Amino acid sequence: MEVYLDNSATTKLDNSVLLKMINFFESDYGNASSIHFKGEASYNAQEKARKEISEILNCEPKNIVFTSSATEANNMIIKGVARANKTKGNHILISSIEHPCVLNSAEQLKKDGFEVEHIPVGADGIIDLEILEKMIRSDTVLVSVMAVNNEIGVIQDVKSIAKIVHDKGSFYHVDAVQSIPYLDIDIKDWNVDFLSLSAHKFYGPKGVGLAYINKNIKIEPLIVGGGQEFGFRSSTYNTPGIVGMAEAMKIAYGLEREDNLKRIKEMRDHLLYRIQNEIPEIFINGSLSRRTPNNLNVGFKGVEGEAILMDLSSKGICVSTGSACGSANLKASHVLSGIGVSGYFIHSNIRFSFGKYNTMKEVDYVADCLKDTIERLRKFSSVKSV
Amino acid sequence: MALNYTKEVMDHFLNPRNIGTIENPDAYTEVGNPTCGDMLSMYLKVKEIDNKKIIEDLKFLSFGCASNISTASMLTTQVIGKTLEEAKAFSFKEVMDELGGLPSQKIHCSVLAVEALQDVIKKYEESNK
Repeated sequence: MEVYLDNSATTKLDNSVLLKMINFFESDYGNASSIHFKGEASYNAQEKARKEISEILNCEPKNIVFTSSATEANNMIIKGVARANKTKGNHILISSIEHPCVLNSAEQLKKDGFEVEHIPVGADGIIDLEILEKMIRSDTVLVSVMAVNNEIGVIQDVKSIAKIVHDKGSFYHVDAVQSIPYLDIDIKDWNVDFLSLSAHKFYGPKGVGLAYINKNIKIEPLIVGGGQEFGFRSSTYNTPGIVGMAEAMKIAYGLEREDNLKRIKEMRDHLLYRIQNEIPEIFINGSLSRRTPNNLNVGFKGVEGEAILMDLSSKGICVSTGSACGSANLKASHVLSGIGVSGYFIHSNIRFSFGKYNTMKEVDYVADCLKDTIERLRKFSSVKSV
Repeated sequence: MALNYTKEVMDHFLNPRNIGTIENPDAYTEVGNPTCGDMLSMYLKVKEIDNKKIIEDLKFLSFGCASNISTASMLTTQVIGKTLEEAKAFSFKEVMDELGGLPSQKIHCSVLAVEALQDVIKKYEESNK
């Protein structure tokens, strides 16, 4: 059996999205910047996509800038807003559990003389709004706090954060990559200035993302060239990708949404139940109540995460880990250290992320395998506390 | 970051040889640190034949990744039966070659097995001077 429980890393492309996209490879392959009929067909399709996306997100179509990824959108927003608003100040605030693309964009700004501070989170993974309020200074240009964390799935109070940030006279960026379809993204209601998304996290294609930008705020483009995307992001339009992202978003928030959310939550809760009842010495990372229903992040005491992952992989199961040995840079998860997981426990975690294509039968298979895997690895663990 | 572990690495990870403890070992060591992500314990039993000290048994426990476990497993199969002098000259390259290679980012967690071997022999020699 093959079970994919790594849907926060990426998702399988929805077949109806693929069918929508094929036309823009096979027939309407014109460059959307060209003014002949083939260019026009591409242009009109992607502008329709922009409009559909803006209706779902509740914002003006002209404020959506398509990018190659959320990483690019986050780079553009963090660096572009900071650099274009130096007269406002040189202080940047980001949460300590942001995605590396936000953390490293801010890190790069230090070389330009910006001061970067990290907003701490509690053991539940949630930002303390009072601490946030105290940390915002008169020279704070931008605050960036993600909506849903990619490792532990915890949900921040985006609306309250936006209000605090604006009351203090600063700008607010939210990385909403892990939010679809779990949160009702409403840009006007949330009142955020900048927001980023990526299509492949919700059964859309890889290689396309977007930045929502409040165009009343100055922003320096990251990529310059032919002036596409209102001059905010040059590069030949990725028409198939843009059309695919719109279709994926429509499906995600369409008729199937309610059933998907319900099933995903049932599967997640079932795995949690079986782990809690059948495997001793485990701990849950982050708040369980303020978490998207697709995420479960569990620590298994006495065993190393990469070993658990590889053992499960040999049984056809895909999961991920925040252990140092499971990462390219050999550093343990900054999210888990951010919520206070310490000592060897930080290397013992597994993230299970569910999606709409999973079934309850798969979840039972994973629970059965996991039990064997943990038992096997614990038998010869050199850590004695188990 | 695909690891592309070889068949040999996966075999020794999924079916580790000489795993466990030795009761009343002649020497014992612990290397690495669980906080860094890897810790290996090693147990040594030595016998003397014709004035030569030979590794009679070598067992290990691991809190580590697949690479760490399989390297230690392979190493034990390679050095059991060797004299202590031969085992002291045993290099990381020998175990890595036998495993068909290891991903470069996994070297630091795998070299621990050789460190454990050298350390457990050192401890044995110190207590049997």
